[in-house]
Amino acid sequence: MPDITKLIHNYLRHDKKFPHVWCPGCGNGIVLGSLIRAIDNIGLSKDDVVLVSGIGCSGRMPVYVDFNTLHTTHGRALTFATGIKLANPKLNVIVVMGDGDATAIGGNHFIHAARRNIDLTAIIINNNIYGMTGGQYSPTTPYGKRATTAPYNNIEHSFKIAELAICAGAVFVGRGTVYHTRLLDELIEKAILKKGFGVVEIVSHCPVQYGKLNKLGTAVDMMKWQKDNAIRVEKAKKMTKDELEGKIVIGILADKELPIYQDEYEKIWEKAGAKKIAQEGK
Amino acid sequence: MKAKLLQGNEAIVEGALAAGCRFFAGYPITPSTEIAEGLALRLPQVGGVFIQMEDELASMGAIIGASLAGAKSMTATSGPGFSLMQENIGFASEAEIPCVVVNIMRGGPSTGLPTSPSQGDVMQSRWGTHGDHPIIVLSPSTVMECFHITVKAFNFSEKYRTPVIILGDEVIAHMREKVELPNPEGLEIIDRIKPTMPPEWYIPYENNARGVPAMASFGSGYRYHVTGLIHDVRGFPTSRPDEIEPFMHRLIQKIEKNLKDIQIVDPFMVEDAEITIVAYGCVARSAKRAVIDARKRGIKAGLLRLVTLWPFPRVYVEKVAEQSKVIIVPEMNMGQISREVKRVNEGRSRVITLNKVDSNIITPQEVFKKIREVL
Amino acid sequence: MSFRYEIRLSGSGGQGLILIGIILAEAAGIYEGRYVAQTQSYGPEARGGVSRSEVIISDEEIDYPKAMSLDMLLAMNQDSCDKYFHDLKQNGVLLVDSTFVSQIPTSYAIKIPFTLIAREKLGREIVANIVALGAITQFTDVVSIKSVESAVLDRVPKGTEKINMNALKEGIKAAKQAKEELRKLSKSFWKTT
Repeated sequence: MPDITKLIHNYLRHDKKFPHVWCPGCGNGIVLGSLIRAIDNIGLSKDDVVLVSGIGCSGRMPVYVDFNTLHTTHGRALTFATGIKLANPKLNVIVVMGDGDATAIGGNHFIHAARRNIDLTAIIINNNIYGMTGGQYSPTTPYGKRATTAPYNNIEHSFKIAELAICAGAVFVGRGTVYHTRLLDELIEKAILKKGFGVVEIVSHCPVQYGKLNKLGTAVDMMKWQKDNAIRVEKAKKMTKDELEGKIVIGILADKELPIYQDEYEKIWEKAGAKKIAQEGK
Repeated sequence: MKAKLLQGNEAIVEGALAAGCRFFAGYPITPSTEIAEGLALRLPQVGGVFIQMEDELASMGAIIGASLAGAKSMTATSGPGFSLMQENIGFASEAEIPCVVVNIMRGGPSTGLPTSPSQGDVMQSRWGTHGDHPIIVLSPSTVMECFHITVKAFNFSEKYRTPVIILGDEVIAHMREKVELPNPEGLEIIDRIKPTMPPEWYIPYENNARGVPAMASFGSGYRYHVTGLIHDVRGFPTSRPDEIEPFMHRLIQKIEKNLKDIQIVDPFMVEDAEITIVAYGCVARSAKRAVIDARKRGIKAGLLRLVTLWPFPRVYVEKVAEQSKVIIVPEMNMGQISREVKRVNEGRSRVITLNKVDSNIITPQEVFKKIREVL
Repeated sequence: MSFRYEIRLSGSGGQGLILIGIILAEAAGIYEGRYVAQTQSYGPEARGGVSRSEVIISDEEIDYPKAMSLDMLLAMNQDSCDKYFHDLKQNGVLLVDSTFVSQIPTSYAIKIPFTLIAREKLGREIVANIVALGAITQFTDVVSIKSVESAVLDRVPKGTEKINMNALKEGIKAAKQAKEELRKLSKSFWKTT
């Protein structure tokens, strides 16, 4: 059996759930593939993985995979994940969100999760648009581009998700694209392994909404754009601001150490005189 | 047992711990903050976790997540925060995640009267989140009851896999009374039923005789899907009418079939009452005083105190409607429970409302005056 | 007729009125085994504004937890004295902090400069509430000094027990003096009429 078939058999759910909801050419499937390879590579037990999502196209990802899966409300995935992780710290809690999900309706939760440094992994698929509702502009729709709610053009300025995460205090931040899948596998793996709040921003594409509204061609054209405009962070460091204009910097953008919430909470237990109870499994 | 002077909010903290609460997520808001402060101190002592979230949306999400991971969980808030929690209260209701939400009511609407009592959230507690959904709402009248109602709230939420709202008011929450906390061993504590079959046989939302499916904790070897979308018995989203209908019915019926267990009332001198007062929370205390005063003057008055507000204790109210000439409903709002009383009364009795929204508690004299008026 | 005693402690936020309400309730409820209900109302200010704490003491279960007609009113500032004086029942006790209350609505009021005593005799204004609490014990027999002492020790921060016990004593002393003056006053009142 080829490796890919083994992975499919092992990680995709066999009971009722397919065909999936994503459009032909969507980048979400590539992200799911990377995620599965990363988890398989690390060798996590499926019982110990929780995949949490919010609302939107990315929100449908958990239903297809054979983990503990939770499809929450719009923007709130990280808050549910916080509760899960603190109630059972042995679980590997991975949260997948879209750009609107994580940085508009869930923006507050996102920065506070980064600040708190709970050991969670946040994967944000950034396709610059609200796809599921039909192409409205999101916080990452570039200035000047079009959306159904920006029929003339978008006059707002966009967030840079990875940089936002760094400023908010995330200990690990990576950015990849769905074109650079090997890098993506690596980034997701590192983010999961990182103790603390890890973020991977994934530049993706929505040919059906964003691409069509802005005449960017097919999915292949949009992925080609990713290939042509992505610059490795090592190389980007040697480039000027002007040279980097319009480019996407990919790779590991931040990797630092900060005390982890759970470790700190164990000290609180100790201070409160309950360490023993905690170790006995409550 | 040692007598203690406790606030209503402090008694809720103790009740939660006795019920087995091990996770609290909240956001500071008057007049509920003492609950968060109390649990921030007490939860770590029993190996539990307290976290202060960035807002009430997050608090509600976090307690649902913790409950899914197996912890009994709770949050506490007041009107403005309760409004923010409605989104995820709906999720807990739909996905059937046990959790307890304390709403200590203060004057509204909006920021309203942060430090003043009110009973303005009765309808919001029932219908605050969108769509048809089951909910249980309990309202304490004494500090001791704050303790017992909290234990009860956890028990109901675990038994029926539903969010349970404790609807308190500022008077009860901040009042201090002498209480004797019972021995935890003597309390009835109910835990959710977990699956015992092999994981491959587990159908997470399959109906059973109780109408309440067994609930596996994330990480316990039963991998399944939880969603706020209407789902089939496996938990997967569905748009099939033949799957939607039975799901919605089971969701509502698991509560409707158990009204006897869920509906708690406290009748006082209602047996021969010609005038019955229907009241709850702090106002029920004023009403009781008024009933005692009326009886001293030979007026046949009685009090039906509602502890369970939702599902509305219809049969009990129907009974007093049948025998009383007049029902008086004093409330610190513009008329919320009184609408329900009128609805189930169906013309049997006269229903008189007594409403006060000036930030002061309704006094015994005011209730008594109403009794005299309707005589 | 059942016994019900109502005390309101009023002043501005930060004067520690809620704390002495709690102490009184604890003294009567826990140490003397009576039924008690302690409530409060307060503004949004953590310091300043109006603050009011009430204690109901009864020998039967308390239904209505707030005061209906006061047996005793403590007014620690002018505002609260003006505002609540009319809630006193006939023969109710009005106790004012004469440091701040200059316009007193009745000659039967008991005037003690709680804050001044705290400042000058104890060196810390913050214990004015405990001085007042000491005085309260002299004008009601619903709680004994011993119970109040125990309740104070339960509630005050560690390391402040001594100053608080002294504050209580100063309050009692001042109250006894005030009582004596009042007695003289009422004697002379009868003499002249």
